[in-house]
Amino acid sequence: MKTTPDNSGDVRLSGISKTYGSFTAVHPLDLTVPEGSFFALLGASGCGKTTTLRMIAGLEEPSSGTVRLGDQDVTHLPPYKRPVNTVFQSYALFPHLDIFENVAFGLRRRGIKSVKKQVEEMLELVQLGEQARKKPHQLSGGQQQRVAVARALINHPKVLLLDEPLGALDLKLRRQMQLELKRIQTEVGITFVHVTHDQEEAMTMADTVAVMNGGRVEQLGAPTDLYENPQTTFVANFLGTSNLIEAEVDTENGDDIVLKAGGGKLVLPEARCSAPTTAGGKVLVGIRPEKIALTHADEAGSIPEGRNRVTGKIADASFIGVSTQYVIDTPVCDEFAVYVQNVERDGRLVPGADVVLHWSPAHTFGLDAAQDIDAGTEEEAAA
Amino acid sequence: MPFVNWLKRRLVVLAGLLTLAYLLLPNVIVTVFSFNKPKGRFNYEWQQFSTDAWQDPCGVADMCGSLSISLQIAVWATVGATLLGTMISFALVRYRFRARGAVNSLIFLPMAMPEVVMAASLLTLFLNMGAQLGFWTILIAHIMFCLSFVVTAVKARVMSMDPRLEEAARDLYAGPVQTFVRVTLPIAAPGIAAGALLSFALSFDDFIITNFNAGSTVTFPMFVWGSAQRGTPVQINVIGTAMFLIAVLFVLTSMVVSNRRNKQKA
Repeated sequence: MKTTPDNSGDVRLSGISKTYGSFTAVHPLDLTVPEGSFFALLGASGCGKTTTLRMIAGLEEPSSGTVRLGDQDVTHLPPYKRPVNTVFQSYALFPHLDIFENVAFGLRRRGIKSVKKQVEEMLELVQLGEQARKKPHQLSGGQQQRVAVARALINHPKVLLLDEPLGALDLKLRRQMQLELKRIQTEVGITFVHVTHDQEEAMTMADTVAVMNGGRVEQLGAPTDLYENPQTTFVANFLGTSNLIEAEVDTENGDDIVLKAGGGKLVLPEARCSAPTTAGGKVLVGIRPEKIALTHADEAGSIPEGRNRVTGKIADASFIGVSTQYVIDTPVCDEFAVYVQNVERDGRLVPGADVVLHWSPAHTFGLDAAQDIDAGTEEEAAA
Repeated sequence: MPFVNWLKRRLVVLAGLLTLAYLLLPNVIVTVFSFNKPKGRFNYEWQQFSTDAWQDPCGVADMCGSLSISLQIAVWATVGATLLGTMISFALVRYRFRARGAVNSLIFLPMAMPEVVMAASLLTLFLNMGAQLGFWTILIAHIMFCLSFVVTAVKARVMSMDPRLEEAARDLYAGPVQTFVRVTLPIAAPGIAAGALLSFALSFDDFIITNFNAGSTVTFPMFVWGSAQRGTPVQINVIGTAMFLIAVLFVLTSMVVSNRRNKQKA
């Protein structure tokens, strides 16, 4: 079933935007999704990700710009003339048709007469061969989801669009379906464009993630790249958790920048700083909670040289099985988050204890201080 | 007290049966008296069993003529009201236009207006327009009052329809016509059918509005009313029973068909 790589499955958006009256849902956007890739559009609700997807599907007409599939300009084609299929949020299965007819719908509309073999094969692929004659409401959420995927995939679209396809499933089923979808994508080799607000889902499944915020793409890259090198505070906060500290540029030392924060010094590799650095200028220093080690103040001397350090007092500790999550009150940030793996627990690390936080400068990243330090945090809490 | 316990356990069923009896008793009377052989002109007292009326249902002068007129009017009123009502429902649910709110409430006015007042006003209107009273004025009036009921039934159905279903159809290569025929219409069908059945029953039954606007045309309800002054032929009960049986048969058939369909699929 693999398509030959003739780039006809590329999705190329150039300058597409969507405005409703005075509201701009999507600002002019350029995006290329290479054929055969699993691409995720990630963002909080209202960030324009679904609108972007609907413009690719043809369900929404862009206010400007063009949509191309490979070399074909499809901007003004109606959805039923585009070689693109969608898995809708809450599936939109036809309630009056059984599973077989739901899956056969696209084939029949294109005038294909003998659909039986294809439909049966497709139902096998999603492991629903037994359910062919049931109505959608007789299936569980996970099964309905698989029917929606089968109904779209059977048409061999150049691109499969998925609009929050796992949103209605419970956590365990969602994890299972994430792997399932990834398996199907690898098997059929079709370009998948997946819209989600779940950062874990995007990172698990996609080869490339575009993080959207306020109708714009904030950052685009491989999941590890986005996580390790966020370029904006929104990305730093929306993907996982980040500790962000305001610091002042002190000196530059070769490839490193030395910063002053709360009376101490922190080292930041220049290559990991996305902000302009001039002596005396401000930057936001970021560090992920799991990169930080925690040492009791009594043993501060045992910490190797060359690590960034911050002293503080444990404000709160919550044990969550694989790790313990600490909130630490420090002079640079009063809610410093630290996640420590529960390997060798130090019994002295309880609320009220004086501690030293230390980490390798290589894990530090620098962001432009002109941004909102809390961008991306409230939305994440709401999602 | 075993009897009280027995009663307690079956109280709901008993209440249900009593209610059902209350509902169906008039129908039973109609049916039973269709087999009566009354002595005088009035079919009010049970005399003896006879199938005379059933063997000659059109034996009463003008009755079957009036029945045919009523059926014709009911069929056309149903077709007209269902077509218009369905389109109105889609317009009200799907489109935002000026005075949409006003139309939404105005459409229910015919249901709220006392029928006899509306009947008299309609007559005034027809007379002022110089319209010839008869089949057409009855039909126009019937379509008018059936519309509200169709709109109520269809609108509820269309409102609860997920708009994404039509988007999904368009996404799966169905053009606008195909989308309507294959997805929109089948999903709205139960509402449309309910509206149509209601229209037929209301139109066939209607007496007040019809009586005012019929001119010299006589529908079945008008015939029954007229004959009740001078004596009620048993054939009236025959027609009533037949209509009831046809309706019951209709329901049973549709139940059997859908049952069989479900069994085939399972």
